[in-house]
Amino acid sequence: MSTVASKEPESPPRPAPRAHPSGDNRFKMLEATMKRHQYQADALIEVLHTAQELFGFLETDLLLYVAHSLKVPPSRVFGVATFYHFFSLKPQGDHTCVICMGTACYVKGAANLVSTVEGLCGVKLGETTADGKVSLLAARCLGACGIAPAVVLDGDVFGNTAAEGLHERVKGWLS
Amino acid sequence: MDLTDLLEIAEKERSARKPTMIRCCTAAGCLSQNGQAIKKALTDAVAEAGLASEVEVVGVGCMGLCSQGPLVQVGADGPLYEKVTTEDAPSIIAALQGGQATAKTGDPLHPFFTRQVPVVLENSGRINPERIESYIEVGGYQALCHVVREMQPLEVCAVITESGLRGRGGAGYPTGLKWATVAKTEAERKYVVCNADEGDPGAFMDRSVLESDPHRVLEGMAIAAYAVGASQGYVYVRGEYPLAISRLKTAISQARRLGILGVGVFETRFDFRVDIRIGAGAFVCGEETALMRSIEGQRGTPRPRPPFPAARGLWGFPTLINNVETLANIAPIVTRGADWFAGIGMPKSKGTKVFALAGKVSNTGLIEVPMGTPLRTIVEEMGGGVPEGGRVKAVQTGGPSGGCIPADHLDTPVDYESLAQLGSIMGSGGMIVMDEADNMVEIARFFMEFCMDESCGKCVPCRAGTVQIHRILSKLSAGEGTREDIETLRDLCDMVKQTSLCGLGQSAPNPVLSTLRYYRHEYDALVTQTGPPAPSDRPQDGAGRPRGSQKGEGR
Repeated sequence: MSTVASKEPESPPRPAPRAHPSGDNRFKMLEATMKRHQYQADALIEVLHTAQELFGFLETDLLLYVAHSLKVPPSRVFGVATFYHFFSLKPQGDHTCVICMGTACYVKGAANLVSTVEGLCGVKLGETTADGKVSLLAARCLGACGIAPAVVLDGDVFGNTAAEGLHERVKGWLS
Repeated sequence: MDLTDLLEIAEKERSARKPTMIRCCTAAGCLSQNGQAIKKALTDAVAEAGLASEVEVVGVGCMGLCSQGPLVQVGADGPLYEKVTTEDAPSIIAALQGGQATAKTGDPLHPFFTRQVPVVLENSGRINPERIESYIEVGGYQALCHVVREMQPLEVCAVITESGLRGRGGAGYPTGLKWATVAKTEAERKYVVCNADEGDPGAFMDRSVLESDPHRVLEGMAIAAYAVGASQGYVYVRGEYPLAISRLKTAISQARRLGILGVGVFETRFDFRVDIRIGAGAFVCGEETALMRSIEGQRGTPRPRPPFPAARGLWGFPTLINNVETLANIAPIVTRGADWFAGIGMPKSKGTKVFALAGKVSNTGLIEVPMGTPLRTIVEEMGGGVPEGGRVKAVQTGGPSGGCIPADHLDTPVDYESLAQLGSIMGSGGMIVMDEADNMVEIARFFMEFCMDESCGKCVPCRAGTVQIHRILSKLSAGEGTREDIETLRDLCDMVKQTSLCGLGQSAPNPVLSTLRYYRHEYDALVTQTGPPAPSDRPQDGAGRPRGSQKGEGR
């Protein structure tokens, strides 16, 4: 039945990228991505990638907006957003410290790095400091095993990380 | 676009080349150690020395020896500089004219290099991965041109079958057979998927191949698509590999521009489009049915097989799913013939295998060796053994789905069957060396924690079983375990292995089982040191002596 309905001409053609009532231009860019994928439900993951890139994290309102635009139930959007580790439903800190917890990094002492930064920031891996300055995250494997242990500080990968150096860097962020 | 055009592009590229080429590694490992700045410093130094007309500095893919990076090599076989810094750049250029370079010179004749037989990696570190012309110069896309213009699809499948190529993603299913199954399935649409969701921690072969030679993978995909009758392909790449994604995007648009991908490949009636799908950090998506659901924009949960993807895959249509390394093997097999490929390696495991050598070993990096090379050769000769005179305790292969191979089995040849016999698997090719300082129970716990977090939650044995196994391992690690726990652990492992829905759960207990098999004493030691005694000498409930008194005796 639904296929018949969608073919009927009375459904109005989709307008060009709409401006969001909030006037936030980022919605325009998100809309452009969805348009490029012809508002296909299959593109949900791609759209969420873009949304997170634009907004930093996926707020509930944003997820509802995506659900509405792609015409999929909010439950599915929420299900996908929570299934994949890449998507964050909470805001990140100003700085991010990602510690690779792959096997090679693990045997080369990544756990030591974790306890160093956890001790310094007073939060656990996966959390953000109360002042919102630093987020500590774990990565499954960056594929930089040749230079283990590896960390990603604000998007830049560093290899052969020593606990002291990492301590210095993160301390700088906190002050 | 035809063969003549390809040869013309190759010739043009060759003649435009300057007499001396300095290759800088710009794959992820070296890039994170300032690789881009070194390339720029070298380019500046060349200009300053007034050699711009004779020397060119090229960014290339992975040169293999990541531990000594950033790497720079002069010419095809010239000096190899290791751990280069930007300050070294002027002296490296001066060395071209007889000066002395300040950078450490590596030994290109070290077994790390000489023991390798590059097939998949033959262009890695030699060509510029961001220029299609550079790939065409070394003979790229000629295999595809030959296939689409002069071969029948089933002939192509037959060549791959004859070569004996087996899936490099881990399970080792015969590639030719898979292709033929999809080719013979009648359907209005078919798909080819390249599985680049390299989730195993400790493996980085696929990342390196995509970063160093993306066109090779695209060519393999296009040949596969022609052979099975697909016109749409997807590369499913991990979101953790931004560089690989960007190089792949560049490669696809370049190939499309030249008429090598898209409508009418090499001016034939064969169309092939490739799109990239970026993963979002779920290990289970490496499993083929989960991967397909993820491409369809859903939660990446697996489903029972059969029906196999070859019969019902993406959106219900027959789908061929191959790993990056498998696809990278296709073009050379077509060019050089099935017999050539079958001549490398072992009777049942043919060809070469790329391994990511990491952990407690001097020379970490990427190597490609013929199947059947003994582990000892890889770890001790090529890898240089454990640094600072330590001893190898075990080699972990296959990531969280594999197992630990103890040092006294180092003479095992590396092939699918031999590794399976030892309770491990070939896996995608991660090889982590562990030394005496590593506790095996701790390692098993590490992998189980990984599987527990990554379990998708669809089937109960995996969802609940991994949690329980992890709980017992944590208890043992903390010295609070009992002998009974070890038995429960074994039972649980067997249950999870036999009853889980997909490969993740079915193989999750492998690290525990293999460490239990070879390092049982380490489990026992944790129990006897601090835990209560074994159940055999502990009175059953109501059998008399209270527990407290027994503990007292133990002390």
